[in-house]
Amino acid sequence: MALKKHLPIAGLGLALIGVQLITAATGSDYYLTQLTMTAYLGLLIIGLCLVMGYAGQISLGHAGFFGIGGYTSAALTTVNLSNALASGQPVVRTLDSLGILVHGQNIYGETLLYIHPWVACLAAIIATTVIAFAIGIPVLKLKGHYLAMATLGFGIIIYRIVLAVEIFGEADGISDVPPFPLIANIAITGDIDQRVANYYISAIVLIIGMILLQNLIHSRVGRALTAIHGAEDAADAMGVNTAKYKLYTFVVSAVFASLAGVLLTHYTGGISPSDAGVMKSIRFVAIVAIGGMASLWGALSIGLILNFMSLRGLFGSYDDAVFGTILIIIMLFAPDGILRLPFLQKLMDRRGDKS
Amino acid sequence: MTLLKIDAMDKRFGGLHAVNSVSFGVEQGVIKAVIGPNGAGKTTLFNLISGSLPHDSGTVSFQNKQISDLKPYQIARSGMARTFQNIKMFHGMTALENVKVGMHPRTRAGFWAGMLNLPWTWAEEKKIHDRAMELLHLLEIEEFAHIEATSLAFGQQRAVEFARALASDPKILLLDEPAAGLNIYETAEVARLITRIQAQGITVLLVEHDMSLVMDISDEIVVLSFGEKIAEGTPSEIQHNEDVIKIYLGE
Repeated sequence: MALKKHLPIAGLGLALIGVQLITAATGSDYYLTQLTMTAYLGLLIIGLCLVMGYAGQISLGHAGFFGIGGYTSAALTTVNLSNALASGQPVVRTLDSLGILVHGQNIYGETLLYIHPWVACLAAIIATTVIAFAIGIPVLKLKGHYLAMATLGFGIIIYRIVLAVEIFGEADGISDVPPFPLIANIAITGDIDQRVANYYISAIVLIIGMILLQNLIHSRVGRALTAIHGAEDAADAMGVNTAKYKLYTFVVSAVFASLAGVLLTHYTGGISPSDAGVMKSIRFVAIVAIGGMASLWGALSIGLILNFMSLRGLFGSYDDAVFGTILIIIMLFAPDGILRLPFLQKLMDRRGDKS
Repeated sequence: MTLLKIDAMDKRFGGLHAVNSVSFGVEQGVIKAVIGPNGAGKTTLFNLISGSLPHDSGTVSFQNKQISDLKPYQIARSGMARTFQNIKMFHGMTALENVKVGMHPRTRAGFWAGMLNLPWTWAEEKKIHDRAMELLHLLEIEEFAHIEATSLAFGQQRAVEFARALASDPKILLLDEPAAGLNIYETAEVARLITRIQAQGITVLLVEHDMSLVMDISDEIVVLSFGEKIAEGTPSEIQHNEDVIKIYLGE
């Protein structure tokens, strides 16, 4: 039982390898760029699915958490501290002596001194955790529409902040974000030489995220979450600290979104306000709804397909409109997600797939 | 020994005095029933005891500890389990999974342990599974273990709810109208289950409408009317109490 639940994950791994081989064989490597971005967004999608499908909460502010991750990391790794070090600023000197600053040069030969991406990533995760707790404690007392409105408000605040603050580049966002070094010479970067490696890095990150969440939903915590979703007062009477479980799930989900923001920002080399915008949050919610809320696999597969199509520009300038339309259609005709449509449901049942 | 002691419990809803300074004790090992006409405040009293409704004044002590200011989940952890009048099965979970949730207070795998699937949680999961199956067996519903709980017949759901409540190894079980919505056969079945639960050494406090059930199985009865306690005693004392006869049959 402990291993059976990971069989689909092995399938996902094989499928991702297969896609890479096909692109290599057909000389369409350029697809890998969007596929890599899609995989990072997949991390956000499964995190949101945990909140929506398992804890039964809605978050219209997940692009905000994505933005907190991306912007924190981008700002810390693009701020040039070389003048501050030269003038002997004590904090910068301490950071430098701790070895968490990176010395480099930009294309014009000017010296750069910025915070190491790993440290920036850690800072982004910590910031997200703190903000998610601070937002979650008051907001998760709300239910239904009220919770949706409150998280929407949070998303708008984040969007306006990144649009207005100078170190976040205002309307331009942040560009020239350095690569995120991993082992040896491999880094998370949009560099064309590392395209295949980066595709696999994103695939591995996504698979690890999926394993963690699959484990979680099949654990005692997952049962408690499903119980909260099923009948909250009964879960409470069974000794489940419902407020705590909802809060922790929200935070875990926020961290997933934030990590997606960090990695995608280093991959594309930049982030702009629209990445943290409310329309993005609505798109993510739409994807999870299409996938069928309480199905990590449903949300992930729909997320991979739609995000990839969107990133390839298949929806053109109607991008947001397409997602809005899809959301309306799903709510009308398949409120339990398209995988729960009667004819697909029968297929699923025949497979005996109960997760 | 008095396991549960309710002292001067009071609750108002606006102008309605739903529970008016009610006091009584529940001795360890007994089946005690709270009865009364519709609107007497029985379920309100229950919700005050289990913490799902805040009280205005008064105290509840359980095992000599005051629990009246605790949250419902804390009360559940202290060894008090409850069921609901309108059976609240967890949607989307099988009967077995419902019972497993009942073991929540007795197990400890948290977010980290769950996400990382730490080896020690495997033993815990096995323990949860075995105990849940044992309870389904005790209540004679193990054949429904893998059926979604909300799709079971009412009487079967009631049994699953009992198993779920028992899974936390409670000292006391609060049953809110366990015979509500059941036919006479199912009611007799529930009566048998309740006495079987008592035989396991678990104290039972129930709120009930169905007189036959209450008179058959209870050791003691408390009668409420318009939020006030008007009588307390053994079933035969209650049957001969003039005040009780008056409120049930009219003058």
